[in-house]
Formats: sequence, C-alpha cells, structure tokens
Amino acid sequence: MGLWRSYRLRVQRRRWLVRALRKRHELTPIADRTSQIRKSDILLVSTLRNEDVRLPYFLKYYRDLGVNHFLMIDNDSDDGGREYLADQSDVSLWSTGKSYKRSRFGIDWVNWLLMRYGHGHWTLVVDPDELFVFPFCDTRPIRALTDWLDASSIKSFSAMLLDMYPKGPISAIPYRRGDDPLEIANWFDSGNYAIQRNPSFGNLWIQGGPRARAFFQDNPERAPALNKVPLVKWDRRYAYVSSTHMLLPRGLNLVYDEWGGEKASGILLHTKFLDTLTVKAHEEIARKQHYAASHEYKAYVAGLQDNTDLWCKWSEKYINWRQLEILGLMSKGNWA
Amino acid sequence: MTQVGVVMLVHTALHRAEQVIRNWVKSGCPVVVHVDAKVNKARYDKFVSAVSDMPDVTFSSRHKCEWGTWGIVAATQEASEKILRDHPSVTHVYLASGSCLPLRPVDELHDYLAERPRVDFIESATTADVPWTVGGLDHERFTLRFPFSWKTQRQLFDFYVDLQRRVKFKRKIPKGIVPHMGSQWWCLTRQTLSAILEDPDRPTYDRYFKKVWIPDESYFQTLSRLYSPNVESRSLTLSKFDFQGKPHIFYDDHLQLLRRSDCFVARKIWPHANRLYDAFLGPSAGLKAAEPNPGKIDRIFARAVDRRTRGRAGLYMQSRFPNQDWENGVTCGPYSMFEGFTELFEDFEPWLAKATGARVHGHLFAPERVEFEGRQSTFVGALSDCPKLRDYNTRSFLRSLVWNTRGERQCFQFGPHDTQDISWDVARDPNAQISVISGAWAVPLFQSNRNFADLREEAARLQRIESEHLLALRAIYTKARVRIWTMAEFIESPMEALQTVVDEITGKNVRRLTQAPRMVDLTGFGQFLQNLKNQGMHPYLMGDFPVDPVATNEPRSARKPYLVR
Repeated sequence: MGLWRSYRLRVQRRRWLVRALRKRHELTPIADRTSQIRKSDILLVSTLRNEDVRLPYFLKYYRDLGVNHFLMIDNDSDDGGREYLADQSDVSLWSTGKSYKRSRFGIDWVNWLLMRYGHGHWTLVVDPDELFVFPFCDTRPIRALTDWLDASSIKSFSAMLLDMYPKGPISAIPYRRGDDPLEIANWFDSGNYAIQRNPSFGNLWIQGGPRARAFFQDNPERAPALNKVPLVKWDRRYAYVSSTHMLLPRGLNLVYDEWGGEKASGILLHTKFLDTLTVKAHEEIARKQHYAASHEYKAYVAGLQDNTDLWCKWSEKYINWRQLEILGLMSKGNWA
Repeated sequence: MTQVGVVMLVHTALHRAEQVIRNWVKSGCPVVVHVDAKVNKARYDKFVSAVSDMPDVTFSSRHKCEWGTWGIVAATQEASEKILRDHPSVTHVYLASGSCLPLRPVDELHDYLAERPRVDFIESATTADVPWTVGGLDHERFTLRFPFSWKTQRQLFDFYVDLQRRVKFKRKIPKGIVPHMGSQWWCLTRQTLSAILEDPDRPTYDRYFKKVWIPDESYFQTLSRLYSPNVESRSLTLSKFDFQGKPHIFYDDHLQLLRRSDCFVARKIWPHANRLYDAFLGPSAGLKAAEPNPGKIDRIFARAVDRRTRGRAGLYMQSRFPNQDWENGVTCGPYSMFEGFTELFEDFEPWLAKATGARVHGHLFAPERVEFEGRQSTFVGALSDCPKLRDYNTRSFLRSLVWNTRGERQCFQFGPHDTQDISWDVARDPNAQISVISGAWAVPLFQSNRNFADLREEAARLQRIESEHLLALRAIYTKARVRIWTMAEFIESPMEALQTVVDEITGKNVRRLTQAPRMVDLTGFGQFLQNLKNQGMHPYLMGDFPVDPVATNEPRSARKPYLVR
C-alpha cells in the first residue's frame, strides 16, 4: 500500500473518530453502570429500536457466553424495552431520539461508546437479532476464545452473518418473548455465498444466502453484505467504518488467510426472519432510516406480502457450530 | 529411594500455581518456586503468604522472564541449585511451570523413574534434524546475536538478523558442545543436573547462551548431552506447540483426552478450566503403570496446525480466501466439463449419468437459467438457478458448487452460448476434466429454422467465442486435463473418445461401453457448412467436413437408435 493511500485512510479514520466524538452529545445516559466495568471484562455494544420482545433471550444468551457488561443504545423505543434494559444490573443504557441514518446507522454512537469504554477490552458489537457462535462455544466460554486470541496476538475475530429462517411462511409461527428464536428460525443456506476482496479496506465482501436468493435476484450487487468483524480487542484509535463490516486501521480487516490456511472464525446467527419482521419492515420503511434508502426493507415487504417461504429443499437445518465448521462456513483454525 | 523435587516457574494465574504446588507437596515433593520479576509486589507477597503453610515450598530470587531470553534459564539455574542444596534427598528435578497440571498421581511418577534409574528425560535434538523453527531461524539461533526482543521489537530484531546475515557474521560455538534443542520442560537426575551446574566451564557456556535465541530450549538440552549417560529424548510433560511456536492450551473439553493420554504432566492448562483442575487434583483412581501415550492428542493438534497452515482444499470462506496459486487445490474435487456433446447427441445427459454414476447438469452457465440436474430451481447448498446471481460472481458459483457436492463428481455442459467468465479458472484447475468437440455449436444452427443471414452472423459470433475459449484451454497455465476433438475427428470414432472420457471419470477400465448415446442426424450438415463458406463465413473449428452426406466409420441405418458393439 502506498504512503498516500495509507495517509488517506488515516485521515478517514480520524474523521470517523471526530464524528463519533461530536455525536456523543446525542446520547443521554439512562442507566450508567460503567463504573462496574473491571479491567478484564468482555463488553457487548448494541444499538436497538423496539426490540423488547427479543431482549430477554438476547441478554441470557450473551450472559451465558460470558459477556460481563452490556453497553446498549436505545434509539427511541416505545415498546417498554428501554425500561426493561434500565433495570438490568449488568447493562448501561443510553437513549437517543436522533436520526439513526445521520449517525451512519448507529455506528457513530457505537464508535463513541467503544472509544470511551472499550479501550483495552475485548468488545463484541452485535444487533439484538444476532447470536454469536464461535468454535467450541458449547464447551468453552467466550473468555477462552479471547484469551486464546490474546495469546496468539490476534486483535480481531471474524463472524459471518448467517441468515436463519423458518420452514414455511415467516409469519406462520409467532415468536414469544424469552423464547429461543432458533427454535423457529432454524434453517439456513449452506453454500451459495459470493466472495470478493475489497481492495480499499482489505476486507472480504461476502453476499448471498436466502436474502440474495429471494429478494435480490435482479440486482445481486445490492444484496446485503454478510462479512462482519464483531469481536475486537478495542483500542481508542480504532473505528468501525460501515456497520461492523469493516474497520480502520485496515489491518483489523485481515481476518482471513491468503496463503491457503484457515484462520479461526465464527458465525453470527441472524434471526431476523421471524414474524416480528412483518411489522418492523413496514415501520422501518415509514421511518426511512435504513441503509440505501431502506432498499432492503422494501424488498422484504414486497417479498413478504405474498408469504414468501425462504425455505427450499436444499436448506440446511441448524444443529451446532461443528456442523457450520464442517460445511465450511466457519473455522476452528489452529484452535483445538 | 526416588524423590522428585520440582522447580516451578510461575508468572500468571498464581492461584492455580498454588493449587498445583499443594498437590506436589502433598505427595512429598519439595518445590522451589520462581516468580517472574514482572509480577508486582502485592501479588507476589500475597502468593508467598498463601503457600507459607508448607515448609517444603521455598522461593528462589526473581528474574525477569521475557519469552526467548536468558532470564528463564538464569531463573531455572538458581532454583535448581537451591533445590539440590536444600534437599539432599532429591534424586530427580522436574522443571514445571505454573500452568502445568499433573495428570497422574506423583507416586506413579516416582515408580516410573525408579524403574529407569539414571535416565534423563529431556527432549534434545540437533537443529539439522527437526523442523521446529520460529521466524525462519534454526541453526542461526546459535550463530547470530539477538539483543532485541522478538515480541516487542520485531522490526529491530528482523533488521539485526538481516544485517548479520549480510555481513556474514557468525558467532563461535564453544568447543565441545553441539547445539541441541527441545522442549523447555525436563526431568533430570541429580547427577546430570549438578554436573551441568558445577561445570568449571559454565561461565563460558553461560556467556555463550546468553546471546543465543530462546536459550531455555537449548541450554540444558545441549549441556545434558555432555554429562548424561542416558538421555531419553522426550519430555515427560505433554506440551504441544502450534505453528507460531506458542503452546496449545487445554480446556475442560479435553478432560477425556488427557485422561487417556497417561502422561504425567500436561501443559498448558487454561486457568479457568475448573473441571480439569478439579478432576486431576482431586482424589485419584488406582495406580496404573501405563506408558505415556500422547498419540491422540498429537494428532488432534497436528490437524489443527494443518488446518491453519494448509486449510481445506477448495474452500473459500470468511477466514480462508487464498491468493491465486496458493489455493492448494483450486476446487475441492474433480469435475468434468463437456463442450459440444449435448449438441451432437440427443440424450447425452441421461446417457452420461448412467455410464458414470456422476451428477450430470445441463449448461450451468446458460444465459437463460442455471440448468441444474433435473432443471431444479435450487441445488445443493441452496444455490439458485437465477442467472444474474450466478453471473454476479461465477467464480464463487462454481467453487461453491464443487465444494457443496464434495464426494460426488459433477459433470456439466458448456459452450459458446454460455457466460464465458470461468474459462480461465477452469483451465488452470487440475481438478477439471474438459472434453471439447469443437464446432459442435453449429449443429443446433443447422437444425434450426432461422434465416440464413442470422445463422451466418450467429455462427461467426459463436466461432469467435469458442476459439477464444480454446485459447484459454491451450494456454501454458492450463492445468486441467483437456481433450479437444474437432467435430469431424470426433464422429469418425465417437465410441473410442467417449470410452476414454468415461474411463477417466469412473477411474477404471472394467467394462466397454455397450450403449452409445444417440447422435443427431447429420445428413446435409456438410452442405450447411459449405453454404456458410459460400456466404464468406469460414467455419473452421469443426474440422474438414465433406460436402457429401456425413461419413461415419459405420454406415447408420436411419431407424436404429443405438450403436451396439
């Protein structure tokens, strides 16, 4: 990489950091328990809006993995989720009524919290509908992973977004508060992903899965990106660039091996396709706060109206991380 | 009587170290502990007072133990001297770390050592014979100087190594020693260890080893060769290293593996692996006299390293995206591409499926749709038949298809009508078997009922595309098994050609093909080509066709569906 490009990226990173600093005024603390954070704690950062129904299971899932503290940003919820979160003893909550879109889909806020509280911690940035799966997650807590990453001098850990969907129309089975969403949405596409390198940030750009198959047949280039780097040993000089798809400095995006080997990686099980999506999609279109003119949500509404069934006869039923590993969606790398 | 004394090097997880120390002491082993000088005073004092109830636990003076530096050796030397001096009854000294966990009762270790008197268990091999290298240094770690830290001053480290190589600097190895290296964790007899520590030449050796890189893996390993009558070159501590030279870590889910390994001590245990500590430091089962057998653990860790360094052939995913020529297998298994066969034979797909048992698709890269076997709308891995999705990244499409169906051979048709992006990828893939009947694309044109001007134009276009494609197949980069027949060549002896291809797919030559696919009626095809020529378009890819009714090697009766030989 030339000096000039390296310099340009540096300027860009500074810009995102300054922006995050500026946007910090948009966040009002509702429940600030950050004084509880100990030096070695693993932190989770999440932005949400009207996700109350998912929160109990979400918190339980990540507590069981071994996350120590949750830093949550509530963007104008009116479903009681804010109050619920504020009552949790391991949650620090901020609230904002400001534009999700103008904060670059929440990432400015997230960058600020990471800069302020994440420095020196392992931080996991996920949405409320994303469940993190890593090698050996059924027998080892997340700290085993972060300790191993530390010992291996690895600073960032990749987890591809894997869209989960039910068999049958999405709205057929209602999701109830506290339930495991994977009991309803437990199917996925195992091998229809298109991968290319992004030369400017060095990350892989992965698209495909049921969303590309069902909603983006006519313009596959607009299909959502599935590559994510949610787990990072944070430093206050780091910045997420676009959602958690890529970071600066760009070395953090090199979560893949280029010389034939496999690095360790995980999966984010994306449980978006539940009956709750139908209401949400309409609401989000009305709010016009999502990426690329809410293009994705428009596609959902169009697709969901006629009761689209994402399931096909080659869909794979989710069992556990070992299955995902065998299918080649994630890898143990040299962790054994 | 055999008595083991333990020298323990500790730097983190002091509470776990304390647990293990108690276990050693309980079985009558004195322990000398060295705590890394980097541990702060408060934690050190707390640790000292925690073990102060055990008189057999003493502390040696503290050194800074940075990885790969002399400090670790100095600490080991001093602690060893102390244990030999303070505990005259000690017959063997076992070097362990704070994250080592004894897997078997210490009495078993005592018995084991008593049965092998005067044997030193220390892994020790000459550099020429082992592949353990970190940072590309093997013998050079004994002949260069290493004043900079590899962990924190990597650039300076590399620069200085490079400089020494350039000026051909070489340190002299002291007379009488042959550099050996091996695992840091050993168990030496009093005789050998004291001989090393009391050697009159020790200052010379120490001075030399102070500048050697990673001396903790070579100091005792080299010097024990001078004094030990009986070196058993293996470590009693089960300790596996990955490709970066850092130890593999054991977790709760390794419990059964560790149990069955019958090793005496394992390293390195994750400090939070409660189940392991509870299981192995708790009350033990009856004594066994088994020989340590780490084979299964070795295999698991070797596989892990292999996955990290070589990966799974043909897999492209979020954490494996090899550069060109580094794929170690462009795709994961053999597959076949047929060009011109469906044009020439009416029932080629079902025929091929029957003859080979492989999965036979139509034109996977057809512009209208992906023609999966049976024209399904999705295929294994939920690949879609949508041509736009496929064309968005044809490379990923093909690689995914072959990966998704691993274990089953895929065959598909290809031709100049199809999206051509994959030509070069397939050509340079050793897994691809490509059979081409060049010029066969003219047959559908010949059969179609279109205006001749259109046909001429279309023929010219297809010929241009195919000749470009053939260029790729004939390029010097080509690694696929390519067979190209002109159409004229092919129909002279079709069975012979088909037999070769099918034999290669099925991998054996057991049966002659008894049933041939049905060839389309080519009466008048020669004239059709001549007409094209007359219009100024020169069809050359199909070879020389006589204008007369096509001459096959056997005259065909019009009604006979099969060629039976």
